[in-house]
Amino acid sequence: MADKKTLTFLLMDAPFENARTTTALRLIDIAARRGYDINVFAYEGAVYLPLAAQAKHANAVHGTDAAEEDHPLPREWVEAVMQEAARNGGKLDWVNCGLCVDERGATESVAGVRRGSPADFWKMASTSDNVLVIPTR
Amino acid sequence: MKVLNIIEIAYRATLEEQDDPVVWIIHAMKGAGADHSVLLSGNAVNYAVTAQGVPPLMFGDRAQKHAPRLAEQVAGLVAKGVDVMVVRECLTERGIREEELIGGLTMVKQAAVPKMMGGFDQVWHW
Repeated sequence: MADKKTLTFLLMDAPFENARTTTALRLIDIAARRGYDINVFAYEGAVYLPLAAQAKHANAVHGTDAAEEDHPLPREWVEAVMQEAARNGGKLDWVNCGLCVDERGATESVAGVRRGSPADFWKMASTSDNVLVIPTR
Repeated sequence: MKVLNIIEIAYRATLEEQDDPVVWIIHAMKGAGADHSVLLSGNAVNYAVTAQGVPPLMFGDRAQKHAPRLAEQVAGLVAKGVDVMVVRECLTERGIREEELIGGLTMVKQAAVPKMMGGFDQVWHW
């Protein structure tokens, strides 16, 4: 692909607290559909995004059981955009900040997520066509 | 204990949670017997607008099935007997007319809010 791009995203927000993560994943999804190579550096609370232990639950306020509620899980969104990138000839390299993982005990992530450091982010940024940092506010 | 919940930050995690977490926890606490009132302020006044909608959302082949229905969730509080108030000036600033809102709301003037707070044991600013 002559115009294949490489994009790097830094995410910082934990899931289930604001809309920035959803917006970021929508952007990543678009890049994945275009077959771009995508790097994600998950920093601070964002290391919880691919946490393997995320589970669906019933919701008494909604009056739904777990199946009906079908609660969104960011780990599924992460897996879905990884698969979408692969389907379109791209790849998504998701790096969780290792120290952020350790301080939170967020050690178990979905397949395809690897542990790294700020040096990985710098390398990603240095070799990308563009970088988007989406920090906690 | 009477609590006034001022909701000012809007659309916080509404897609991931399929609702607003503050509205949700007020629903849940009301079910447990809590005496809550709600004041929609700032961008959160849009929660009461009936015509709002959420376009379909997909990540790869993972479709989001349940969009958050904020106006219905606020109407549900009204139906449970929660006094839901809206700051009139916040509607005006955003060009939202009262007839665009769900029923059962109480309009309050910004200047009346401090005195109103005195009628509650606690004020929780979300």
